Amino acid sequence: MDRKQIIEIVNKFLIEDIEIDSNALIEEALLKEDLGIDSLDFVDIVVVVEQNFGFKIKPEEMSKVKTLSQFYDYIEGKLK
Amino acid sequence: MKRVVITGIGIYSCIGSNKEEVREGLYNGKCGIDTEPLRTEYGYRSSLTGVVPKPNLKEALNRRQRICLPEEGEYAYMATEEALKDAGIDLDYLEKNETGILYGNDSSSKAVIESHELCVEKKDTTLLGSGAIFQSMNSTVTMNLSTIYKLRGINMTISAACASGSHTIGLGAMFIRLGLQNMIICGGAQETNYLSMASFDGLSAFSMRMDDPKKASRPFDKGRDGLVPSGGAATVILEEYEHAVKRGAHIYAEVAGYGFSSNGAHISQPSNEGSALAMIRALEDARLKPSEIDYINAHATSTVLGDTYEAMAIDSIFAQHKTPVSSTKGMTGHECWMAGASEIVYTLLMMRDSFIAPNINLEEPDDISKKLNIIAGTLDKKLDICLSNSFGFGGTNSALILKKI
Repeated sequence: MDRKQIIEIVNKFLIEDIEIDSNALIEEALLKEDLGIDSLDFVDIVVVVEQNFGFKIKPEEMSKVKTLSQFYDYIEGKLK
Repeated sequence: MKRVVITGIGIYSCIGSNKEEVREGLYNGKCGIDTEPLRTEYGYRSSLTGVVPKPNLKEALNRRQRICLPEEGEYAYMATEEALKDAGIDLDYLEKNETGILYGNDSSSKAVIESHELCVEKKDTTLLGSGAIFQSMNSTVTMNLSTIYKLRGINMTISAACASGSHTIGLGAMFIRLGLQNMIICGGAQETNYLSMASFDGLSAFSMRMDDPKKASRPFDKGRDGLVPSGGAATVILEEYEHAVKRGAHIYAEVAGYGFSSNGAHISQPSNEGSALAMIRALEDARLKPSEIDYINAHATSTVLGDTYEAMAIDSIFAQHKTPVSSTKGMTGHECWMAGASEIVYTLLMMRDSFIAPNINLEEPDDISKKLNIIAGTLDKKLDICLSNSFGFGGTNSALILKKI
């Protein structure tokens, strides 16, 4: 799966499942401050990542992920 | 002591999705019961149930609000939206004025069972999602509605089996009488999914008249063979009388009396003495004589024991007055945790529009019920003071008296 496909899938579930405005999904957007993803939303992101990419996010790995771009990078790295 | 009135009502049930639909249903003797084949596949004896449509909340609530709401919470939201609107209360009012919530609920089975099934499959609790815990708890309705409506007053769920909704209104009235709250959202909610009633079905308490669902629930009738489970939600807005007058709110009725008792006996079998004591206490609380009651909305669920003991209790207090009695459960089925609140809404609609809703399917009363003045067909009648009974497993009893002012 290439980065473009990952971005498509991630953006799709952020829009459809987490109900984030599509206009807010720019690479430099901060997950918490700009996209409003809180600790409960993160629990649901763990579920949709598992459903869409087949791996389980580890909370300690996500602590360094601050922006949407870094989130795409994280998933890309896990799928390699 | 302050006086307590009802200034808004909302209902979401198997005979209508709002109060005017329900009013028509009650007047016309509409039955909201049908079969659900899935129940038979699952292992139920009876596939009968009240059929309640799933509300569409996509536009009304945001994602966080929706994923924390279980089925009965969705029903409760629908009923509460209607009740608040009816009372002339909006979010701005609720943010500026301390308002409480007391709601009856005694299960959230679907959320619990689905979480269990997912965990068995995934072997990982972190894949249950963020809404599961908030959907699973008995207090799910109050925790969700208090958040949605930004409530800052008393906030808790009352679990008292099939008397939950009634006790909620009685306890809410006590908070207001004591001057502790000016307004409390009260009600009862009941899930209707097939996962929620299996163990109750296992007691062989449900009607097996699957070939004729509309005739299955037959309170007080000799030919009854059990109750029909049902659900939805009902909300009333309780308000301190002077507060309601100052707001210029429409007043449906005063909550004039609340009586409670506990049988201290069998876990499932009712008691005429316990039921009668709740009614007597409600009359004493309202400072009313039995002769002053215009109508009794009976708990009668269409079970032999329950109907019989209630008939004995009513007869012991009201015999000489031939007080009109009907159970609305022939139409609605047994709305369980919701029933005590929904039957207050049904009674208020009857009081508003001057009629007694029929005790449908009453063809031949049993020997005890024969002594009562049961209204089998819709009766146009002015109603000023009414009593509503609710009884539950564990012997919990509640009786409420509503009085027009």
